[in-house]
Amino acid sequence: MARKLPKKDVVIVGLGWTGSIMAHELTDEGLDVIAIERGPWRDAPTDFPTNYMQDELRYRIRHELFLRPAQTTFTFRNKMNETALPIRTWGAFMPPNGVGGGGVHWNAETWRFLPSDFVLRTHLTERYGASFLPEDMTIQDWGVTYDDLEPHYDAFEYLCGTSGTAGNLKGQIQQGGNPFEGPRSRPYPNPAQKQGFGHTLFAKAATELGYKPFPQPSGNMSRAYTNPLGLRLGPCTYCGFCEWFGCGNYSKASPQTTILPLLIRKSNFTARDNSEVTRINTDRSGKRATGVTFVDTSGEEWEQPADLVILSAYTMFNVQLLLLSKIGQPYDPVANTGVVGRNFTHQTMSSVDGFFDKSKFNFNPFIASGAIGMCIDEFNGDNFDHGPLGFVGGGYLGQVQTNGRPIETTPVPDGTPKWGAKWKDAVRDNYLSSLKGGSIHASFYSYRDVYLDLDPAYKDRFGRPLMRMTIDFHDNELKAATYLTDKYAEIVKAMGAKQVDKSPRKGPYDVTKYQTTHLNGGAIMGTDPKTSVLNRYLQSWDVPNLFVMGASAFPQNAGYNPTGTVAALAYWAAAAIRSQYLKNPRPLVDA
Amino acid sequence: MRKRLATLLLAGTGVLVTLAVAIKSVVAGGADTQSFTQIEKGRYLATAADCVACHTVPDFGRPFAGGRAIETPFGNIVAPNITPDRDTGIGAWSDAAFDDAVRRGVREDGQRLYPAMPFTAYTKMSRDDVLAIRAYLKTLQPVHNPVVANNLPFPMNIRAAMWAWDMLYFDPGAYKPDPQKSAQWNRGAFLVQGPGHCGACHTPKSLLGGDKTSEALRGSTLQGWFAPDITDDQRTGLGSWSNNDIVAYLKSGHNRITAATGPMAEEIEHSTSKMTDSDLTAMAVYLKSLTGQTETPTPVAASDPAMVAGHAIYRDQCSACHGLDGHGVAKLFPSLANSSVVRASDPTTMIRIILRGARSVATPAEPTAPGMPSFAWQLDDAQVASVSTYLRNAWTSTAPAVSAEDVSKARSSLRARND
Repeated sequence: MARKLPKKDVVIVGLGWTGSIMAHELTDEGLDVIAIERGPWRDAPTDFPTNYMQDELRYRIRHELFLRPAQTTFTFRNKMNETALPIRTWGAFMPPNGVGGGGVHWNAETWRFLPSDFVLRTHLTERYGASFLPEDMTIQDWGVTYDDLEPHYDAFEYLCGTSGTAGNLKGQIQQGGNPFEGPRSRPYPNPAQKQGFGHTLFAKAATELGYKPFPQPSGNMSRAYTNPLGLRLGPCTYCGFCEWFGCGNYSKASPQTTILPLLIRKSNFTARDNSEVTRINTDRSGKRATGVTFVDTSGEEWEQPADLVILSAYTMFNVQLLLLSKIGQPYDPVANTGVVGRNFTHQTMSSVDGFFDKSKFNFNPFIASGAIGMCIDEFNGDNFDHGPLGFVGGGYLGQVQTNGRPIETTPVPDGTPKWGAKWKDAVRDNYLSSLKGGSIHASFYSYRDVYLDLDPAYKDRFGRPLMRMTIDFHDNELKAATYLTDKYAEIVKAMGAKQVDKSPRKGPYDVTKYQTTHLNGGAIMGTDPKTSVLNRYLQSWDVPNLFVMGASAFPQNAGYNPTGTVAALAYWAAAAIRSQYLKNPRPLVDA
Repeated sequence: MRKRLATLLLAGTGVLVTLAVAIKSVVAGGADTQSFTQIEKGRYLATAADCVACHTVPDFGRPFAGGRAIETPFGNIVAPNITPDRDTGIGAWSDAAFDDAVRRGVREDGQRLYPAMPFTAYTKMSRDDVLAIRAYLKTLQPVHNPVVANNLPFPMNIRAAMWAWDMLYFDPGAYKPDPQKSAQWNRGAFLVQGPGHCGACHTPKSLLGGDKTSEALRGSTLQGWFAPDITDDQRTGLGSWSNNDIVAYLKSGHNRITAATGPMAEEIEHSTSKMTDSDLTAMAVYLKSLTGQTETPTPVAASDPAMVAGHAIYRDQCSACHGLDGHGVAKLFPSLANSSVVRASDPTTMIRIILRGARSVATPAEPTAPGMPSFAWQLDDAQVASVSTYLRNAWTSTAPAVSAEDVSKARSSLRARND
């Protein structure tokens, strides 16, 4: 029997980016807020010290900062007629754990989605006709527009001190920025980071081919910065230990560096770490959340009552908690009914390695930051005519090599033996003169047979069903991958590579190969409760005092990293709660 | 004429009011505990005097209830309960007894206090000041918490011995303004010498623990730290700090040069961050008027093996935050090129920070509280000595070399410390 704790105004499940943003916004409103985090407390200088964080074996290979599959995992299958099996070591994505969540170990690429991404179905149907889209593709409009989110993207970029070059200021296209981006109300708070030789060479070749390269927007500081909360960040040192690592150098925007030091000073904020929320409680009507139940490390169960519940865990756990708490109708792909678990997506990553003449090219790949790089956006979203191509979607192409770490960064030309003296020779010959894994960061649109549900067989340590992911690539994404990879290879060729090895993403979806940690959907936002879990303010259609943050709200994934949009949506939801909901708690959109 | 009459009338009223207060005090047997002005004055002075720091066990939720062991070279002295609890606090004390304790170091029973209680500084306050503090303390929640103050070994546990100590080192009497100096300077001098009791840490001590008054505020070693020179000395003191730098440091714990850690972090958190800017400026004006004394030592040559090794270690381990130019990032990573901690005559604090790491204080003005990791596991004694020697003689700094033995000693004494 759970022991009941004193009631709070707000309980937040998960203290990563969105949990921290919501906690800050709602404590500013004067509410008494508790955040419950499954993993440990993590603090920048003590948990990510600069003098041992650069340990590739510990963090990159052994996954120090991530959830342990022994604690909980998911089951996976490609097709609905297969039996899903549990994932026992992370591969395709890295579920975060602990305070700061994915905001600790991200690269800090801080993109905005395109205006057309938010009205995707309407936009593509208008341009190409409804029959152009594959029949089983279930893409939707978001219910929110780029213009709605612009002030909130801006808020996040200024919180983080994002380094970048604006491409569109209030409708005026700017030299050196991304000409395809939506209009932004003001420049980035910091100038773009310095770029390495490989990144610069990519930009030069892309320009010669007629593209408009621009620096990747980066949450790694190009200079010292003080954010609007008064928190200070220091300039990035280009150490090359960003993704998979925490930054104790105060150079990467994270909840630890941009929000938490202020949040923990507030008397109306409490955090509870190492406590796993096991369900959202509702009253007898099922229409009102009464709080959450969680379990501490000694196995003791507690009930935390609250007036408002904010779900801000990772995509998979948001959806799992909704399903386990029986909030919203579970998605059934056969009957095509229900919503929870629907429109689950990931990313379609491809890459190109370039090998150059070592007597002429020295890239010093170890000089890098997580979000360094030069990109082009000509082949993202609907920035190009898909009519003759037979697919929709796209992605940015970027020379964004983030590291030259010794275990991971050993590019050798195709055909080199996998081990032994010849492999070592090839690594030595190519380490400085190759460019690894040019990023083709493409969209993953949603389909009827790609979804999440509760596994019928496998249970976690509390006896709760594991989440089951049913996911595979569809032809549309694979066609796009091939097309984009060819375009990227042309640029690498133009850079002067003597050998270009293309790796377009191929099916089936492989859960062992890392792509990105951008799992999306399953608790999507929208305009119709029949096809979405949340309304346009991320408020549950079924339980109006429950708001669900995160990329689980994305109806489909765009060709960008999601964090900027995830954070903008959190600020957008917080604004709606502060300006509308609290005055009169109710459904903010009539069903 | 009419104006003068009004003034006379007002003056007369003043006398009457004073009389009334005096009578009421006698009747009530103490300060007027309802006087907002007096309580507020007392609260502010108690903040400036940082009473809470010693009279509270940190993170225990019972401010002023005593019980914290104050480390002295002679042993630990436990700070008493100063809440108004009648049995275990000071609730039953008369005002005179309280004044005697704070300003004269004499207990209610006539025994003498150990100078861990800085009555040698508090004596600079007036009786009104002290009674205001008393009035404020009376408004606190009484906490029943018996404290045994004296844990000193023989013969220091004989309080009577303090009579002789007082003869040697205690110069009682309220602060006398220097008419040659500005009101601001005098206010600063009062705060620094009096309630602020800066000299308790920053003034070198004799073998018996008395202030070496001729070397006032030139830095002293205590509790495993070196409290740096805070005179205007260019090399080891505040010479390169502006008044605004000092105010920013005391207010926020951070300025363009440095960040507060250790006992000073506590002091800033509880005391100076809550003081007015005008008082902090007055303290800065006074401190900047104190001439330093150090002579510049001969620099260690850049070709010295320790300097060569230290330079390499600095580039590898330190420069990512503190910068290749040693200037760091203002209010985030301290400047080592311009640091009185680095150049201090006693490198205790510097070695401690390298071995233990450090965390600066979070204040409302500077909530970041950046931290530095420990290098104890990574650098051996000779390496810590080299990088210390390098920093003490890099850029424009000069200071004597640090030896591996110095580091070894610091390492073993830190091993015994849990603070």
